[in-house]
Amino acid sequence: MASKFDRNYGLTENDVTDEALFNARRRFLRSGALGSAVAFASLPLWANSSLDSLAGRLGAAKRTQEMDEKLTSYQDITQYNNFYELGTAKSDPHENAKALNTSAWTVSVEGECAKPGTFTLEDILKPHSFEERIYRLRCVEAWSMVIPWTGFPLADLLKRFEPTSKAKYVAFETLYDKAALLPGQKRRTIEWPYREGLRIDEAMHPLSFIAVGLYGKPLPNQNGAPMRLVVPWKYGFKSIKSIVKIRFSETEPETSWNMIAPREYGFYSNVNPNVSHPRWSQQRERRIGELFKVPTKLFNGYEAEVASLYTGMDLSKYY
Amino acid sequence: MRLSKFSAVRLFAFVAMLTPGLWLILKFIQQDLGANPVEFLTHQTGKWTLIFLLTGLAISPLKNILGWKSPMKLRRMVGLYAFFYACLHLTIYWVFDQSLSFTYVWDDIRKRPYITIGFSAWLLLIPLAITSANYFRKRMGKNWIRLHKLAYLTALLGLIHYVWLIRADYAETFIYAAVLFLLLGYRLIGSPKLEFKIRRSQA
Repeated sequence: MASKFDRNYGLTENDVTDEALFNARRRFLRSGALGSAVAFASLPLWANSSLDSLAGRLGAAKRTQEMDEKLTSYQDITQYNNFYELGTAKSDPHENAKALNTSAWTVSVEGECAKPGTFTLEDILKPHSFEERIYRLRCVEAWSMVIPWTGFPLADLLKRFEPTSKAKYVAFETLYDKAALLPGQKRRTIEWPYREGLRIDEAMHPLSFIAVGLYGKPLPNQNGAPMRLVVPWKYGFKSIKSIVKIRFSETEPETSWNMIAPREYGFYSNVNPNVSHPRWSQQRERRIGELFKVPTKLFNGYEAEVASLYTGMDLSKYY
Repeated sequence: MRLSKFSAVRLFAFVAMLTPGLWLILKFIQQDLGANPVEFLTHQTGKWTLIFLLTGLAISPLKNILGWKSPMKLRRMVGLYAFFYACLHLTIYWVFDQSLSFTYVWDDIRKRPYITIGFSAWLLLIPLAITSANYFRKRMGKNWIRLHKLAYLTALLGLIHYVWLIRADYAETFIYAAVLFLLLGYRLIGSPKLEFKIRRSQA
């Protein structure tokens, strides 16, 4: 099967590290000071040009967040996606991945901040040291995956633009180039571009993450290359893919699924087994790779870390 | 017309309509149903139910319009296959989505309208499947025809059940809806009884 990596270095999926080996290596790297020496020494000699150094930085990222669960396979994570820009069927994003061109990527930063501007991807990524985090991603459709993301905290990125006191929210947009529509954007299944947003304290929470890699490799296009949001305590659709715009605002921004069906998808969309989707239950979920469902946890299991963000809020009202 | 008569055509039809099910079982065993095999099986068995319901409903209009009489001999088999795939669909949901729990299923039927409707459609198929036997067909006379008009209702409920679960992209359901509304339209407008009524009311 052809690889759908954005920058594939001539790799195919056969070159992707086997998960067992991947995990064993990680354990070894974590096992002491030797780890970092080995990691450094194993950086290939060609780790010089900016793109290659991205690969090197991804490979050298240390795991900072564990999860006591089996990782979802690389194949499942990259072949079962909701990314309507590349088609509405789960298999479409993988099949149409090549349609997304991530070269010369820029991110426009706007709104209530002291340092707005348009930045190249290299500008955005350069100052950040990468880390790997294992998060569970819970889709609003009642399935979930356990995913090793590589990236950096969203807060570290946002602080660079110096948001003002008026910045109460952060809005994000996915690529929508009218001159080069993605296959799924040729039909108006939703109002393009895809939009998402967070309250500023949610965005600044240490768990909120910008992912640029998956399983230690550059993020495949179908997973939201070249950079995406990961907010693990919210339903998956909040974790917007292929970000081209970040806007600080004083008012709550419009978000795509809320625009489509406000009764079904609130601005907050925190994972909550006690608040059902109007059409289906959220009490249980199917972990991809398993046949039977398991109970869904409040805030997707991150209750201890994030519940304080919502003190005094009625979660069935602010769903 | 003896419906149970064995023939090569009937055997072929029997195997052909079983093929989607066999294909799903084979792919399931080979673990070749993608990342979410349960979802795939559920969607596929649901679609085949709808396809066979619509096919069954199309047989008598085809006879009337194009004069194709022979498919009439297969109509019962098509209908029973619709019921067969509906049973598979419900079983997969009960076993894998609801962990074999009747409480979970009952909760869903009560609280989730798309489940209520889908389950009702399946319930309505039961008397149709039972009375498809020659024994009932012979004894029920005109009531048999009246009862089996329910097939239209089950198809409509099945379609609503399908559409109700969609999040944004309705493209595929348009095809099923278009076929169903053509069939319903033909039944309502093209039915001799209705034509008679219309003529009488105009007189």
